[in-house]
Amino acid sequence: MKQEQIRELRTIGITKRFPGILACDSIDIDVGEHEILAIVGENGAGKTTLMNMLMGLYQPDEGKILINGRETRFRTPVDAYAAGIGMVHQHFMLVPSMTVAENVLLGMRTYQKFLRLDMAGVKRRIEEISSRYGLPVQPDAYIWQLSVGEQQRVELVKTLCLGARFLILDEPTSALTPQETDELIALLKRMSSDMSIIFISHKLAEVTALSDRVAILRQGRVVYRGSTSEKSIAQLAALMTGHEVNLPRNEGLDSCEEPVLAIDELRVRSDRGFWALDGFSLTTCKGEIVGLAGVAGNGQRELADALSGLRHVDAGSIRFLGREIANLSPRQIIEAGLGYVPEDRTTEGIVPAFSVQDNLVLKDVRAARFSRGPFLKLDAIKRNAEDLRERYDIRCASLAVPAGSLSGGNIQKVILAREIARKPAALVAVYPTRGLDLGAVEFIHARLLELKSQGTSVLLISEELDELLDLSDRIAVIYKGRILDILPAHQATRQKLGLLMAGIREVA
Amino acid sequence: MNIFAFITNVLSIGIPFSVSLLLASTGEMFNQRAGIFNLGCEGIMSMGAFLAFMAPHTLQGTALEPWANMLGILAAMLMGGLMGMLFALATVTFRAPQGIAGIGLHMLGWGVAGTLFRFFVGGVTGIPGLKPVFLGMNALAYLAFLLVPASWYILFKTPWGLKVRAVGTYPRAADTMGVNVARTRYQALIAGGVLAGLAGAYLSLGQAKMFADDIVAGRGFIAVALVYFGRWNPFLILGGSLLFSIAQSLQLAIQVQGIAFPYEFAVMLPYVLVILVLAFAGGSTVRGPAELGKPYNREKRV
Repeated sequence: MKQEQIRELRTIGITKRFPGILACDSIDIDVGEHEILAIVGENGAGKTTLMNMLMGLYQPDEGKILINGRETRFRTPVDAYAAGIGMVHQHFMLVPSMTVAENVLLGMRTYQKFLRLDMAGVKRRIEEISSRYGLPVQPDAYIWQLSVGEQQRVELVKTLCLGARFLILDEPTSALTPQETDELIALLKRMSSDMSIIFISHKLAEVTALSDRVAILRQGRVVYRGSTSEKSIAQLAALMTGHEVNLPRNEGLDSCEEPVLAIDELRVRSDRGFWALDGFSLTTCKGEIVGLAGVAGNGQRELADALSGLRHVDAGSIRFLGREIANLSPRQIIEAGLGYVPEDRTTEGIVPAFSVQDNLVLKDVRAARFSRGPFLKLDAIKRNAEDLRERYDIRCASLAVPAGSLSGGNIQKVILAREIARKPAALVAVYPTRGLDLGAVEFIHARLLELKSQGTSVLLISEELDELLDLSDRIAVIYKGRILDILPAHQATRQKLGLLMAGIREVA
Repeated sequence: MNIFAFITNVLSIGIPFSVSLLLASTGEMFNQRAGIFNLGCEGIMSMGAFLAFMAPHTLQGTALEPWANMLGILAAMLMGGLMGMLFALATVTFRAPQGIAGIGLHMLGWGVAGTLFRFFVGGVTGIPGLKPVFLGMNALAYLAFLLVPASWYILFKTPWGLKVRAVGTYPRAADTMGVNVARTRYQALIAGGVLAGLAGAYLSLGQAKMFADDIVAGRGFIAVALVYFGRWNPFLILGGSLLFSIAQSLQLAIQVQGIAFPYEFAVMLPYVLVILVLAFAGGSTVRGPAELGKPYNREKRV
């Protein structure tokens, strides 16, 4: 493959409209040779849309893309690959039911012979790339068997095999453990001697650690372009959100007075039949926030399901205010007073087609406050919704719009408002800020701390270490369905938690 | 009653019965592997059966008579391919809901075949039919069985098979790798249509040696069910086709032998079997086409 080296990539006035939104508004960016440009912005700022245009997945409505000063048009991703641009997407573009080699082969015309696949050839190519960049992968493994970190390596190897000498990485660290993140950043730094890289993120610590220059996007516009070292993390955050950001912290460190949620030796099966929770024990106290850290897939989902009554408990007990709730129905658990902020907010947290006001009373429609016999008290439901909209700053055009049309942050506020309004004795919050932008995160953290001060016991399941360190009184680490260790928050550090999340218990 | 003769009897009817099911469900497997389920399979089979019947019927006594069966089969395959393309136009290009479009295609094929048959032919007429070539079965039957390992090879060992599996499982990934999702889905639907047309041709030429409105008798829908039953794998689909058709010939044999068993239940047996197996075969789709039934739109935000 003979390709011209990309010395400079530049966009001029790139604009893209989707129905009802201006996703990218006249964006100018430029990346030079061996340079790492970070593109930073909150959700919906237009980062991914911009990159999809660079990859030929979307067509820009206006503006142009210049490579080495010449205007270029990419109609399909093949054109972009041919020019040497490769992208690692946030949601990995790997077919789970196929092997690593098959996934690489899919994009490599040269190894697709007539009626035959040149598996040996593609494996040699994979070996070559993986040894050159130090990215070990097993060509014969199926994608679904690999961990998220391994899948990411496969994505990188795949992109490089296709001949990319200009890499775009879209939020590459969002699913990695802290160690994996550090490794990736070191790797990308090494690779930048060979190629140019665009690194998309909203994790500012990574941005400052890695990039030479930064472009900040807000609501589809570039609000700042310049060298990374000129700005502090706080300044970048302020530019990104448009206001000062102060994430609240848990200041009080209370001792445990009375247990609220006591989980003992819980055993629960996963969808595939193995023990997802295998002797899991954890107790949360009144007015305490217990953080549960861990790499996704170590039993968190099954724990949340078991606590909310959605999954059968095979052994062990869950005592809530002294009462056994294991294997009760979700309705019985709701009525016992356990609040639940589910992981998947649009499918489990709300009914997307129902209006905002209906979603706000989903768990209480049978209560005398909101219904009389088979009839709903529509006035009361509306008043309730107006009140909650005010208190939780839910931004919606009207309370009658479908809840599914709101942004992620506002959907989460609807869920939180509904759960908190029920005055729960304990709240289980699963990845409550995943995918939300800083403003929404700030608000949700404040609400969780407020709950704590009112005496509610909170179990916070999260993979964001900063979130856990900011909010928790104690942090437990789950690994392969068990608690590996529990640390008081003031003793926990990112390093300690990272090692525990990887299954390594420190030798004292 | 000789038990050995009974088993031979059941098999010798059951195996030829399985041919049209096997052809149709192999075709449907390619559709579904590419992410599209074609409920119109039944309609394509009706048209295939009709066209395959029409060729020998109209060419009787002409110079083309020796080629009549072959021409009929080709016409059936061509029509199958065209109907597959029509279905692709509706479900891939215009992203119509596949279930509804499939029912439409079924009604179209079934209705047109029946109407044309009444217009050109009218009543029941026999046709010469394909000659048995080996062990009492005709060439199409052997072709159908050879197709099983062949489609396994195509699906898992060729570039086209790789693309088909990719667009059915994760079209966006295939798209980012430069695979033309729409084109691949068109190709798979056309291939599936050709096989469904051939399945219809076998029914009229190889099995019934005549045509009637309801000659397909639900086999197109059974074929769709067999694809799920066979977890999108050609060999398991072969097993399913044999199981179903042997169950069917078993119920015939039970009736013929006069075994004291209510025949209504015997007739139900093959269908009950399919429902039972489908009910228990559920679960993991790790290896199946995860995006089955969903139209792909590149510019849709995820």
